[in-house]
Amino acid sequence: MSTATITRRTEGGPDAPQRRRRMTPLRMLLHGFLIAVSLAWLFPIAWAVLTSLRSYEYTAANGYVSFGGWTLDNYVTAWQTAEFGKHFLNSVYITVPAVLLTLFLASCVAFVIARFSWKLNLVLLGVFTAANLLPQQALLIPLFRLFTEVPLPEFMSDSELLYDSYWGLILINVAFQCGFCVFVLSNYMKALPRDLYEAAMVDGASIWRQYWQVTMPLCRPALAALATLEVTWIYNEFFWATVLMRTGDKFPVTSSLNNLRGEFFTDNNLVSAGSVLVAIPTLVIFFMLQRHFVRGLTLGASKG
Amino acid sequence: MSDLPLIQADRAVPPPATTTSTGGRRRRLRLLSRTDRVVITLMVLVPLLLVTGFVWLPAAATVLLSGTDWDGIGPLNEIDFVGARNYSDVVNIYPPFVPAIQHNLLWLGALFVVATPFGMFLAVLLDKELRGSRFYQTALYLPVVLSLALIGFVWQLLYSRDQGLINAVFGSNIDWYGDSNVNIWAVMVASGWRHVGYIMLLYLAGLKGVDPSLREAAAVDGASESRTFFRVVFPVLRPINVIVLVVTVIESLRAFDLVWVVNKGRNGLELISALVTQNVVGEASRIGFGSALATIMLVVSLVFITIYLATVMRENRQ
Amino acid sequence: MSRPRSQAEYLARLVPPSVAGINRRSLLAGAAGTGALLGTGLLAGCGDDAGGSDSKDVSLGSNQSDPKPKDVLAKVADGFKTSSGVQVAVNTVDHNTFQENINNYLQGKPDDVFTWFAGYRMRFFAQKGLASDISDVWGKLSGYSDAFKKASTGDDGKQYFVPASYYPWAMFYRKSVWQQYGYQVPTTLDQLTALGAQMKRDGLVPIAFADKDGWPAMGTFDILNLRINGYQFHVDLMAGKEAWTSDKVKKVFDTWAGLLPLHQPDSLGRTWQEAAQSLQQKKSGMYMLGLFVGQQFSNEEQSDLDFFTFPEIDPAIGAKALDAPIDGYMMARKPKNEDNARKLLEYFGGKEAGDITVKNDPATLVANGSADVSGYTALQKKAAELVGSATEIAQFLDRDTRPDFASTVMIPAIQQFIKNPKDIDGLTSSIENQKKSIFTD
Repeated sequence: MSTATITRRTEGGPDAPQRRRRMTPLRMLLHGFLIAVSLAWLFPIAWAVLTSLRSYEYTAANGYVSFGGWTLDNYVTAWQTAEFGKHFLNSVYITVPAVLLTLFLASCVAFVIARFSWKLNLVLLGVFTAANLLPQQALLIPLFRLFTEVPLPEFMSDSELLYDSYWGLILINVAFQCGFCVFVLSNYMKALPRDLYEAAMVDGASIWRQYWQVTMPLCRPALAALATLEVTWIYNEFFWATVLMRTGDKFPVTSSLNNLRGEFFTDNNLVSAGSVLVAIPTLVIFFMLQRHFVRGLTLGASKG
Repeated sequence: MSDLPLIQADRAVPPPATTTSTGGRRRRLRLLSRTDRVVITLMVLVPLLLVTGFVWLPAAATVLLSGTDWDGIGPLNEIDFVGARNYSDVVNIYPPFVPAIQHNLLWLGALFVVATPFGMFLAVLLDKELRGSRFYQTALYLPVVLSLALIGFVWQLLYSRDQGLINAVFGSNIDWYGDSNVNIWAVMVASGWRHVGYIMLLYLAGLKGVDPSLREAAAVDGASESRTFFRVVFPVLRPINVIVLVVTVIESLRAFDLVWVVNKGRNGLELISALVTQNVVGEASRIGFGSALATIMLVVSLVFITIYLATVMRENRQ
Repeated sequence: MSRPRSQAEYLARLVPPSVAGINRRSLLAGAAGTGALLGTGLLAGCGDDAGGSDSKDVSLGSNQSDPKPKDVLAKVADGFKTSSGVQVAVNTVDHNTFQENINNYLQGKPDDVFTWFAGYRMRFFAQKGLASDISDVWGKLSGYSDAFKKASTGDDGKQYFVPASYYPWAMFYRKSVWQQYGYQVPTTLDQLTALGAQMKRDGLVPIAFADKDGWPAMGTFDILNLRINGYQFHVDLMAGKEAWTSDKVKKVFDTWAGLLPLHQPDSLGRTWQEAAQSLQQKKSGMYMLGLFVGQQFSNEEQSDLDFFTFPEIDPAIGAKALDAPIDGYMMARKPKNEDNARKLLEYFGGKEAGDITVKNDPATLVANGSADVSGYTALQKKAAELVGSATEIAQFLDRDTRPDFASTVMIPAIQQFIKNPKDIDGLTSSIENQKKSIFTD
């Protein structure tokens, strides 16, 4: 039962005594190094946050290496100018269904790949994984044409096309993200003990029940990890949103950041504030799911 | 190939027990009911159609378009084919092409030699179940959560020649983003900053999956920590090593957002992906020419993807 | 005095006291509110489009995403609603995305009327059938000079564009700095060079300069080309009819190379705002840029800002041509509410829309000559006079030529020139080779 071992170990069971080991000089050195690296890593972000809290008036006159001009106005202005409220909602409309659909479809394929040992599986894995790695800009023009040709009923899309509809945007994100999830999930599922299925088959469980009631519950950590990553990626994605939509009011929040950049003039402090606002949801998701994160990504392929 | 040592190292490890024999497989197939077969077909077919329709067909269309001089306007039947002219133009008279190839290679080199090993090193340190490990993980991973556009902007605050922090603190006068001899390095620092966190996390996940008994056995034999890592853990992690390698290659091939935010991939920051975008996206609309660049990029990506899949395949045969 | 915190504040400060009854916050709130209202209007509009024909609305695709112009457009749309009873559903997309997606946008399901600018691209859309002939609207318009009508006309002699506003490019400077050192406006290239040398001795950077974004330096190329070779050569060169390897083009680059030592160094890492700030902080003597340079100056400093047109280089050519890009509106192919779209365009080109713009947006010049311009600042008045006295008006390099040529060839080429001004032969032959491959039809 290799997964069981993995799980227990990461929860700290066998290693618990190790953690309480006293501080040797070597350990202190290690901590010192890690703290230094962490601070260095945090610094650019902290600097952006700091910038967002200062007035343009002050920093333009005194430069950024100065002290003063503290204000929260940038946040208020950013929120209003870019109409973040509305656009956050748009991002939710796109991200939530896209992530759920990606995980569902990817787990289906991954299940088949992991559950059976057909020759075709490898081709399948290849088709999905490679699709995730293709450069997106390269596919824009054919995709745009496709989107303007596919009709949708009016209740689904104002434009009566895939173009300029959330449906289209959700599907394109799912298509591009499936590959990575299939890859991770199939590896994870392969590491599950096969006896489970033998037992389920003796009970007469159908393939669907094996998938939904046996495999999926065991994949929770992997699904949580993938959900975190996918939320981050799909939420941050704005290339497709801006080229496959034409109604500014439907754009997701990441692209509405552009509204803060003037045609001729850009106020860095204001853009910083907007950037911080935009980054908050991904940070929240990360903190919420962090516990599952590393464990879930365990690709399951390195059992001893 | 650079990944050869990794593959050879693997030979030292006993292959995992095969779970199914050919006979078993055939038996299981026969046990599937009609409904089961329909379910399996649907489970594969629906996602497959989606990916084929939205990724592979457009990719094929891009390859076709690379043989035309289409400007993206008007009906498809009016497109003129110009043969390989776009490709010869790319190579012969397009000044940014050669620098772009060089920069992509440089990018790959920097990530491969510096950022990836550093991320792996940090993962190994963080695998020690240290106190505060969560804080370190979070700090290192934070840049991964941010969009690259945002990262480009964040670093601009540090790099700006007249208003940036670096020049102000060190009293230097370096044009970090504008000097074409310097800017590629400046951008790679920002890119590495993000890449390290990503690799750290992937690798940490891999390390957590290593059976502790392996290490315990090595420790009993009196092997030092670094020896244990290189002789025992590293070879076992071969699948992760391959993933990390491929992620590095693909990230450096697809590198785009950062240079795009800085100056749209010009003046020292030429990258293939940025050239594709300059030509295809936006007003320029040199679809044929841009598609030729895109096809070159697709082919290079596919070479690496194939190498990677071949490795996975060998893995599965064992 | 303090510098404006943001562009919105800067612009709000420029509003003449007569109309400045509202403060900036309420302006923004108003803009947001209008946006929300328009949002619902848009949804409703889309529903109607599918159903009926005699609808009381019209859609407008707008790239006016900055708070101030967006607000002005909303006010003009309100004015149209009052005068005609037709509701305008404004679809605002940030100007950058709008411009990048324009080809796809126009081939997808565009709004009835959309913002665009005069120049090659306007004529190109007309020729490709992506925009509709609006000659009948022009029949009802008055107050435009012939130059504006010409700039609105496609290759087939019909009109496709209604001009709304424009801004000239010139050499900007601070009067106080020039008074302090006793500088005189140069009228020849030699005087300009001498002036630059004097500024250097006085510890100033003679000409502020920035080209990180790739387009600002095009203004310098344009004006040198206009002064050395004249307007017609500019047009032919941009149309791909003249060779970039010709001596005429080389002379432009040669002259520029001679002036480069007077320009601010390390320009490729600098945005125009940073360069403009060096002018504002009295570190530079002058700056070749569009009228929008004023955005980097506070309200109090506006009266200290002045400009002169780029001096004469060849007496046979003179110094009467300049870049003054025109912004305006076009009608999509097959608009859903065609009658309303034509009415809206007529309104945009009329005096009333011009008056509303003058009153609310002091950063631009209004194209329609019949608009009441008594609210102009001194700088605006001078700018309008400069353009009025110009013999020919160019639209700017990236608006006068194919966009693929401008963005994928000219931007890298000019940046290459700035990096290495010595290899003019290699540069021009590289441009010419790429030009031949792009201008095939």
